[in-house]
Amino acid sequence: MKRAFGVMNQHKVMNDQDVRRALARISHEILERNKGTDDLIMVGLYTRGVTIAQRLSENIQKFEGTIVPVESLDISLYRDDVQLRIAQPIKPTTLAADISGMKVVLVDDVLFTGRSIRASMDSLQDFGRAKEIQLAVLVDRGHRELPLRADYVGKNIPTSLEEQVRVRLIETDGTDDVVIVRSGDGNNSNG
Amino acid sequence: MTLLLSGLGMVITLMVDVESNVIGSQNVNAAGTNRKHILDVDVLSEDEILNILDQTDAMSEVLRRDIKKVPALRGRVIVTLFYEASTRTRISFEEAGKILSADVINMSSSGSSVDKGESLLNTGLTLQAMGVDVIVVRHPYSGAPNLLAKHLPKVSIINAGDGLHAHPTQALLDAYTVRSKLGSLKGLKIVIVGDVLHSRVARSAIWAFTKLGAEIVLSGPNTLMPVGLNLVDGRANVLPPVSVQPDLDDAIRGADVVMALRLQNERQNGGYLPSLREYIRRWQITKDRLSSASKEVLVMHPGPMNEGIEISTEVAHGGRSLIEEQVTNGVALRMALLYQVSAGGYQIEEEHPNGQ
Amino acid sequence: MVSKPGILITNGRIIDPCSGYDGNGDLLINNGTIVARETHIEKESLSDVIIVDAGGLIVCPGFIDLHCHLREPGFEYKETISTGTRAAARGGFTTLCSMPNTEPAIDNVAVVDYIRAKTVEDGVVRVWPIGCVTKGRKGYELSEMEELAIAGVVAFSDDGDPVWDSNIMRLALAYSKDLDLPISNHCQDHTLSKGGVMGEGSVSTRLGLPGIPAAAEEAMVARDIALAELTGGKLHVAHLSTAGSVALVREAKNRGLSITAEVCPHHLLLTDERVLTPYDDINGMSPNDSYDTSTKVYPPLRTSNDVRALIDGLNDGVIDCIATDHAPHDIASKQVTYEEASFGISVLETAVGSLCQLVYSGQLSLSTLIDRLTVGPAKVLGAQFDAYKSLEPNTAADLVLIDPDKEWTVDSELFVSKGRNTPLNGATLRGLVQMTIVDGEIVYQCPDVGGKE
Repeated sequence: MKRAFGVMNQHKVMNDQDVRRALARISHEILERNKGTDDLIMVGLYTRGVTIAQRLSENIQKFEGTIVPVESLDISLYRDDVQLRIAQPIKPTTLAADISGMKVVLVDDVLFTGRSIRASMDSLQDFGRAKEIQLAVLVDRGHRELPLRADYVGKNIPTSLEEQVRVRLIETDGTDDVVIVRSGDGNNSNG
Repeated sequence: MTLLLSGLGMVITLMVDVESNVIGSQNVNAAGTNRKHILDVDVLSEDEILNILDQTDAMSEVLRRDIKKVPALRGRVIVTLFYEASTRTRISFEEAGKILSADVINMSSSGSSVDKGESLLNTGLTLQAMGVDVIVVRHPYSGAPNLLAKHLPKVSIINAGDGLHAHPTQALLDAYTVRSKLGSLKGLKIVIVGDVLHSRVARSAIWAFTKLGAEIVLSGPNTLMPVGLNLVDGRANVLPPVSVQPDLDDAIRGADVVMALRLQNERQNGGYLPSLREYIRRWQITKDRLSSASKEVLVMHPGPMNEGIEISTEVAHGGRSLIEEQVTNGVALRMALLYQVSAGGYQIEEEHPNGQ
Repeated sequence: MVSKPGILITNGRIIDPCSGYDGNGDLLINNGTIVARETHIEKESLSDVIIVDAGGLIVCPGFIDLHCHLREPGFEYKETISTGTRAAARGGFTTLCSMPNTEPAIDNVAVVDYIRAKTVEDGVVRVWPIGCVTKGRKGYELSEMEELAIAGVVAFSDDGDPVWDSNIMRLALAYSKDLDLPISNHCQDHTLSKGGVMGEGSVSTRLGLPGIPAAAEEAMVARDIALAELTGGKLHVAHLSTAGSVALVREAKNRGLSITAEVCPHHLLLTDERVLTPYDDINGMSPNDSYDTSTKVYPPLRTSNDVRALIDGLNDGVIDCIATDHAPHDIASKQVTYEEASFGISVLETAVGSLCQLVYSGQLSLSTLIDRLTVGPAKVLGAQFDAYKSLEPNTAADLVLIDPDKEWTVDSELFVSKGRNTPLNGATLRGLVQMTIVDGEIVYQCPDVGGKE
């Protein structure tokens, strides 16, 4: 969304190098924990989770020489607040394969209340009985409303509820960084 | 409100709720808000229609899964209230609702209190009092869904066909079917053949197709063409632009899509036609006739078909026919609409969308 | 008999189309009769007189409605003589001709007597029944017209339905000729209008509502004109609604036929597009959605072209008078789908306010408007109504006071009529009746009018 933000109301917590290094580390951690890439699949949540999943997969290909498939998942139909929201455009879920027996790495950009992850895990169940589901996020900002945690975290960033964490990626936003925006400027809607 | 001095009708001053208009965000659908009701295509903008078709794509993906079930409308109650017989429309609404996890209750006029003379409005009020969220209504009288929408503030109404007026879900699924074959409707020549006068499918299809940029040619006996087409009474804004070409061979030349309408057998008795034989000779869609259309011509029919009357069996089940695809797409389209009318009309105070 | 107190109406603008009088002045009423009309009447010389200050108001003869439905007997849940005449008083009408589609129909003396007795008992304005053309309005056998005429009917009609059988219409016109009472025919060729619920055209096509072609009316108007010519009978064409009908009547009058015609306020002000007003839930709910059954009326609302022709016809006298076709209905008859709803609009209480729009938009002069509500209908009814159409001294003290500039918003909940079925609900109109006097008695007074003893 194109909006001018006052300099006083936002500050950068990760620059492009920080993002690159964090994703490289997560890639290694995924490889280490899963002892390679056998039966591994990345599932990115729209929009930026899909981009991050692709980058992780590219890293792994660089480090290991093997290809981890990347699929995208739209969780609109699994949300617990359908009646409370404007219907958001549903994007195509590409996950078509049976994921039974596979190790799924769910990828999202920011972990916050955990409700999106809850919805995405419900959704994954409809594609088969995964052997294991892991969670990778670029930023964990706290304020969980459900009992879950991420397996791989790029950076823990303590925030207040008045703040928003905005992840920007070259593919979608033209730049790689993470900023915190205070909603004191009257803009507490979507980023 | 003021009375127009020229006597041309009433000018109505609408109170626009300012609050409901400040939902501007790029994630809101093109119309700026959700439709609470789907009564006809005529009030939908091109962007809204395209948005519905995109959502239908997403719903089609769910239909291709092994487990065809998502929890989106869990806890919602949908009633299909049908005052006319229907197979495909009713079942596809029921299937759509159930795939979205809504509770779907089918109600028909026979065997219910409608049999005892309960009015449509009282039936609607009863359903509202029972906490029904969506009523899918089919009714022999035009405007019946509007009546419910006007008097039931807590219920979303979806029109599943009313009198001669509209059948918006059929029109939208037809538009979706054509788009999924040809990519877009812009510039297509679509010929609608047969009893346009008594066809709510045709009325809604004309709105949907013209809004998406297609050129519409109607062909059929003049006795079965509604008045007011071709701007006979000079009012350009009331009906979408169409042309009428009674000669089917002329009409079909270069057509990209040919849609045959059901010819009710009783039309012959009403004096609209001298005989079925003459109708078949002049307006049946046959392989021969299609030879002057575009090579890639697609053939559609909203069903139920009278094979051998408005369409030859050969064409109905031939390679150019989309008739079965129309039925399949009907479920996805109705899922998209049920989802849209069930979503909230406002946006919750939202955290970062990526974190939530 | 106790004599009524006199009434002195001062400072009003007196418009009396019958005598061509239009000017400020005072009127003195005594014992139900106008006794004096002067530029100034000295009130000190009078005793036991109610003085009404009509400054800023129009004073004109009370309106005569040739065509209304009082529903009694038989449909008292829709309207009664009590509520209907009070609605009339509120709308400035001092004489009503009530149509015979009651239950039982007005095809015998007993029903005529019943209505007259009820009017004496419950009514506040004059009510004249219209008798049936055929027994039971069925269209097969002539009613006993002479007996009805003696009992006091002022015209014949099978309104609600046409006299559909051409030969019966011929016989009715011929038979009633020496009774000198008009036959008011509801022109509708049922074979053409079959199933129709609104004007046929692009709007009916869009809404998927069965249309009534203009020809359904025009075919019967043409037939009736030919039959009037054949028989020399007294034909009155009820509620004209199409440009074609106006042309037919104009042509017939130009040929010297003595036929008369009426038009209703809604056909002069609304078009079929009022049925459309698309429902759009992005812009919010409007009380005037598509398929508003209060717009369902026979003849149906037509196009702006028809509206123009009707106004032209009214101006040049082809159309003699304005009649309301007041057709009140209960809510249940209208809170259904458009096709199931009853035909009819509750008109009496909005007629003046809506018709004044034609004056403000320069389409009709005030004196023509008043003429078509007074002199016009009296002429159709014949000489016995001469006393009610003017404000000359020694005529009946039936008159109405109108505030031509008063703006008001139609709220059908406040109607005196039981019929709340108006497409004008919520509209702001200009022009409001302030006082109605029948036979020298104030039968209606708008709550904020200034009247003192």
